[in-house]
Amino acid sequence: MIEIKDLTVSYPWKNQDTLVLDNISLTINPGEIYTFIGPSGCGKSTLLYVLSGIVKDYQGSISMDGRPIDPHTQRIGLILQNYGLLPWKNVYHNALLGVKIKRDQPGLDEYRNYILRQLGIDALLDRYPKELSGGQQQRVAIARAFILKPDLLLMDEPFSALDAITREEMQELFLDIWKLNSVTTVFITHSVDEALYLGRKIVVFSPAPGSIRAVLDNPCFQLDNLRFRDEYAEMAMKLRKLLDKG
Amino acid sequence: MMTVQAKETWPGALSSLAFVLALWYAAALIINLPIVPSPLAVGINIAEIFRTKIEVHVLSSLIRVLEGISISILIGVPLGFLMGYFDKINTLLSPLIYFTYPVPKIALLPVVMLLFGLGEASKLIMIVLIVIFQIIITSRDAVRSIPNETYRSLQSLGASPAQIFAEIIVPASLPEVLTATRLALGTAVSILFFTETFGTEHGMGYFIMDSWMRVNYLDMYAGIVVLSFMGFCVFALIDIAENYLCPWK
Repeated sequence: MIEIKDLTVSYPWKNQDTLVLDNISLTINPGEIYTFIGPSGCGKSTLLYVLSGIVKDYQGSISMDGRPIDPHTQRIGLILQNYGLLPWKNVYHNALLGVKIKRDQPGLDEYRNYILRQLGIDALLDRYPKELSGGQQQRVAIARAFILKPDLLLMDEPFSALDAITREEMQELFLDIWKLNSVTTVFITHSVDEALYLGRKIVVFSPAPGSIRAVLDNPCFQLDNLRFRDEYAEMAMKLRKLLDKG
Repeated sequence: MMTVQAKETWPGALSSLAFVLALWYAAALIINLPIVPSPLAVGINIAEIFRTKIEVHVLSSLIRVLEGISISILIGVPLGFLMGYFDKINTLLSPLIYFTYPVPKIALLPVVMLLFGLGEASKLIMIVLIVIFQIIITSRDAVRSIPNETYRSLQSLGASPAQIFAEIIVPASLPEVLTATRLALGTAVSILFFTETFGTEHGMGYFIMDSWMRVNYLDMYAGIVVLSFMGFCVFALIDIAENYLCPWK
């Protein structure tokens, strides 16, 4: 369980502090996907950087299973919009970067092979990132995160740079692999459709400075043929209204 | 990838070599004085005297250049990396570097020779003194130009500074460090030529100046051609190293 209490973040900008996140409190249940949705610049990404231990300058408290968030002791998988691959490492070394840093057993075992096969990159292990398409690079980033077996998975608009068809493929593929061990996941998106498709809970953010407008249970999660159902249209309408509310 | 590049580069190199030789040959015909011998005569001369007269000089020059460059890299690159990564070290050392960079250090040759003698040490010190600044500044700027996003994945994994250096800083800066090495090489050969005209009887600088003094223009040109070829070989060596060290480029 992750508990965020009274989290406030501000950045120094042009000699004054600009408030980015305003008094966020949220409890994230283990083993569920939370989609965070909100307008651009509302501080969702900043929240993700705080959760991943990259931004350390904040007020309030964050704990995971009762201990403060610390990337040295906890395993945090991070998947970014720009894929976050290292250009000088081939697919194999990029995919195993997480376990290398954590000093786990090197090499491929059954689970790691399964992930690579499932993501369809097991034949590309010698390639470098610049020799891959955007979708393939994103698969490598996902493989890296899952191979790490993280306690917490953070995803920052991971599919928004992909074309529509690849995006839907990747969403399904991600859910398939996620179901294997149901890691607690925070998924940032600006797409209502993606928030409904992937999130068991949906957290709606206000425009900057970001605060939480609502936390919704998503009845659409894991429904078949979701996009043709009434629940989907209803929830989409509700979300859009929440997002539009000035 | 490597073979494609090589296929494109070699015919280009050969045709420019042919072009330079043609210009040289035309100049020799037009000027028609001993000061500009024909490339053919110089080539024959090299073949005749390389083993007996040039080899020992080219080897001492080559060793000096390689030693000078290696020392500069071994000191300059780690220093540049530290300056690039740690702002405090940069604030401390940058003014020193900027202040001393524009000083024409070749003018310090007499001082260096007074302090370290006329032998090998002062020749190496001159090369290092001049070349190391380019290497420090390039390495530092290479590290500073790594985008913050590149570090994000490793930071979220809780990587140690040593891991960040090994996984990101070294590989990300390597291509630029190799480019700096190429530039440094040209400079190093020029400095070498100058320092070898003093206090030594070995080295291409000595050989060329000595031939000039003895009005043996054929030997002098042979020396210039061999020195250029030596520089070209080291240059090619760096290219090969880059293909091997940076296969992702």
